[in-house]
Amino acid sequence: MASSSSSFMGFGDGERPHVLAVDDSLVDRKLIERLLTSSACKVTTAENGQRALELLGLGEGQRVLSIDPKVNLIITDYCMPGMTGFDLLKKVKESSMLKDIPVVIVSSENVPTRMKKCLEEGAQEFLLKPLKQSDVKKLRCHMTKVNHSSDGKLCIGR
Amino acid sequence: MEVIGQLQKQYVDFVTSVYHEGFLDDQFLELQKLRDDSNPNFVAEVVSLFFDDSEKLINNLATALHQQVVDYKQVDAHVHQFKGSSSSIGANKVKNACVDFRSSCDLKNIEGCLACLQNVKREYYLVKSKLEILFRLEEQIMAAGGVVPMLA
Repeated sequence: MASSSSSFMGFGDGERPHVLAVDDSLVDRKLIERLLTSSACKVTTAENGQRALELLGLGEGQRVLSIDPKVNLIITDYCMPGMTGFDLLKKVKESSMLKDIPVVIVSSENVPTRMKKCLEEGAQEFLLKPLKQSDVKKLRCHMTKVNHSSDGKLCIGR
Repeated sequence: MEVIGQLQKQYVDFVTSVYHEGFLDDQFLELQKLRDDSNPNFVAEVVSLFFDDSEKLINNLATALHQQVVDYKQVDAHVHQFKGSSSSIGANKVKNACVDFRSSCDLKNIEGCLACLQNVKREYYLVKSKLEILFRLEEQIMAAGGVVPMLA
């Protein structure tokens, strides 16, 4: 049965934002994970949109929400086989449970129409690959407040 | 102590030349920033993943280009992936070779694609050997008790 407890098992570091990073490239998953952990985030990675939705509790045929992932940001690659990052963005924004989670799209291709359509669909930001530390520092501003309490941090300008 | 100093200088000189020759770009320097005491092997680990990924992609590309009927969309998808991973680790010449490759895919030009594959392979093996030298130098520095210099 769905757990109503908001604590994640063994989750002692309650102040660190939890980011779900989605990318089909193993190299890029490794890079984004390190970029985020170096920025004091907790990271879960997924290799495709389906897996991301399962982790968020929206998997196909999923009835039991085994954990409440308490995700503060989703960062997803745009170009992925099967479900694209844009498809994932739409599914998140269509879900009453997940729609408030900020979503950032990353892409290796600078296509203004692509960027526009993602932002219109509700993405917070569209970043170009390859990702670097300065990009990840920007992301902190978008993360929802951890544990719904004000952490009093100012969003320092990009 | 002197040995460490010499090794460190060798390392800095080597990386500087590899960078100036365009084999590696700023993104490689960005990776170096992510290496610290708790993650001393980060760069070696991500580059190792890149090597594994690249070998698979090269095989997949060779297979795809030798089909009776070439599926250029599939070829392009592999090249796109290769371009992405090489860009993420800063393998600049490999990335550029992939950009050229995509143009041949767009034109559905088999000779062009085969030539591009050879070019990508050549650039990949070149940067691979340079990175291997780089990591070996890092290991030697650390084995001698020194610290690998942080690159600007």
